Amino acid sequence: MSSNSDSSDRIRALSNSPSNTRALGRALASVLGPGDVVLLDGDLGTGKTTFVSGVAAGVGVEQPVTSPTFTIVRDLGGSPRVLHVDLYRLDHMSEFEDLGLDEALGRDIVLVEWGEVVRPLLGESVCEVLVSYTETEEASSDQRSVEFRLSGPAWSARKDRLRRAVATAGGSGPVMGAGAEAD
Amino acid sequence: MPLILGIETSCDETAAAVVEDVHEVRSSIVASQHDTHAPFGGVVPELAARDHVERIDTVIGDALAAAGTKPRDLDAIAVTVGPGLAGALLVGISAAKGMAVAAGLPLVAVNHLEAHIASNSIEHADFVPPAVVLLVSGGHTLLVHLTGERFTVLGETVDDAVGEAYDKVARFLGLGYPGGPVIDALARDAGPGPLDLPRAMMDGSYDFSFSGLKTAVVQAVKKADARGDRLDDAEVAAGFQEAAVDVLVAKTVAAVRDVGVDRCGVAGGVAANSRLRERLESEADSYGFALRMPSPGLCADNAAMVAAAADARVRDSEFDGLHVAAQPSLRLDGVWTRTRT
Ligand SMILES: Nc1ncnc2c1ncn2[C@@H]1O[C@H](COP(=O)(O)OP(=O)(O)OP(=O)(O)O)[C@@H](O)[C@H]1O
Ligand SMILES: [Mg+2]
Repeated sequence: MSSNSDSSDRIRALSNSPSNTRALGRALASVLGPGDVVLLDGDLGTGKTTFVSGVAAGVGVEQPVTSPTFTIVRDLGGSPRVLHVDLYRLDHMSEFEDLGLDEALGRDIVLVEWGEVVRPLLGESVCEVLVSYTETEEASSDQRSVEFRLSGPAWSARKDRLRRAVATAGGSGPVMGAGAEAD
Repeated sequence: MPLILGIETSCDETAAAVVEDVHEVRSSIVASQHDTHAPFGGVVPELAARDHVERIDTVIGDALAAAGTKPRDLDAIAVTVGPGLAGALLVGISAAKGMAVAAGLPLVAVNHLEAHIASNSIEHADFVPPAVVLLVSGGHTLLVHLTGERFTVLGETVDDAVGEAYDKVARFLGLGYPGGPVIDALARDAGPGPLDLPRAMMDGSYDFSFSGLKTAVVQAVKKADARGDRLDDAEVAAGFQEAAVDVLVAKTVAAVRDVGVDRCGVAGGVAANSRLRERLESEADSYGFALRMPSPGLCADNAAMVAAAADARVRDSEFDGLHVAAQPSLRLDGVWTRTRT
């Protein structure tokens, strides 16, 4: 069972505003549970933290979400507990192990910005979220592509629920990526 | 009169200082980890803690030697307990406890944000409440109202700290780390007509938002790239700095006027920014409030401010026990303890 991105299931949506991106975060929250790890990637300033604020609100976190870049790990509380992690300032996988997140990884909801670097350390079940500038001539500067890449059986099982939640999250509606129907 | 050893290891800097009566800095040693961390563009927690461990004893020894002080001459040890990186804070706290036990000295646990505010008191005996303080650094952006008794946070960033935006923009432009000084210097060289970038949350609130400015820089550069243009780094740096400083200054001045105080302080690493200082000075002149800023050397993390922040508590013998623990997410909230001069 390979979990490389080619065999993973993909759901892609376009967002036209920060609140639209937060709504997509809430859509993801509706299928999240204890022990889930979400890795967020995409260029500087695309909206990873904005997306996380939607996820956090969706799973019942009450405190506001700010950028965790400086503190690296922020405990957002909630039940299950939500940890907001930002690896922007880390360059090596080994440093991730030093953060002492082992216990949290199996128990809490862990949301990791700039998380790609630690993908190899995680088990097979991971949800990766890629937020990108759309960079088309006519698109507004507020448009983003938000792509969910689901790996492992735990996420395959939730794929349809997530797709429905994304579809109702508003914006210009979901656009199915190449791998979306692959399973 | 209190002679206090301050210890600070909350983030990048391993620092120790000996301060007497708030104002007399007998020594202040700061070993910066910027050289170690430069390639990473930031603090690596494990490296940070390891570097602190390696340097802490030397830094404390140097601070005592430079002050011509023996541990037994001290009245107390003050140590930063948060906010900061857990592992890094622990190094300073353990060193402080070890010395407290060995020399039989009392311990004072200090909030890093309070210490930044106290950095203004070191050089300015007239920096007393009521006042408004703008606290700006890599991890924090706050407007604080000091009354005689309390800190009240008037506003803070809803997303990125201003120093974080400086660091990210500098790294994005390939200018290195830390971003503040590089962008400040580059912006000085810029010709007229800096890049026009958005000023966020100019809606009468005291909260700040810098993520939109960061994103606007990235999008402007990418857009130019797509046209086959390359924006001049100095033009981008100046545009970014003008936008950031405009917002900081506008909100600080608004807070000073609305709250009705005639004193304003600035603190934190970004308080060393030359454009921020010059713009605030001119506002202070035209509105007639007293502006107090630490010299640039006392803006970034240091231990003199930690010792200064502990002074009033040492005088009142309000000590903390040896149980003090690191508090990575400590907030600025509560009682202002430095009302005496
Ligand atoms: N459709 C959109 N989705 C998300 N953010 C948007 C959108 N349109 C505009 N924005 C703005 O872009 C900025 C995104 O900043 P944010 O800090 O969330 O990005 P980030 O990817 O977490 O940045 P970093 O790479 O520094 O971690 C915010 O100011 C947000 O309001
Ligand atoms: Mg972010």
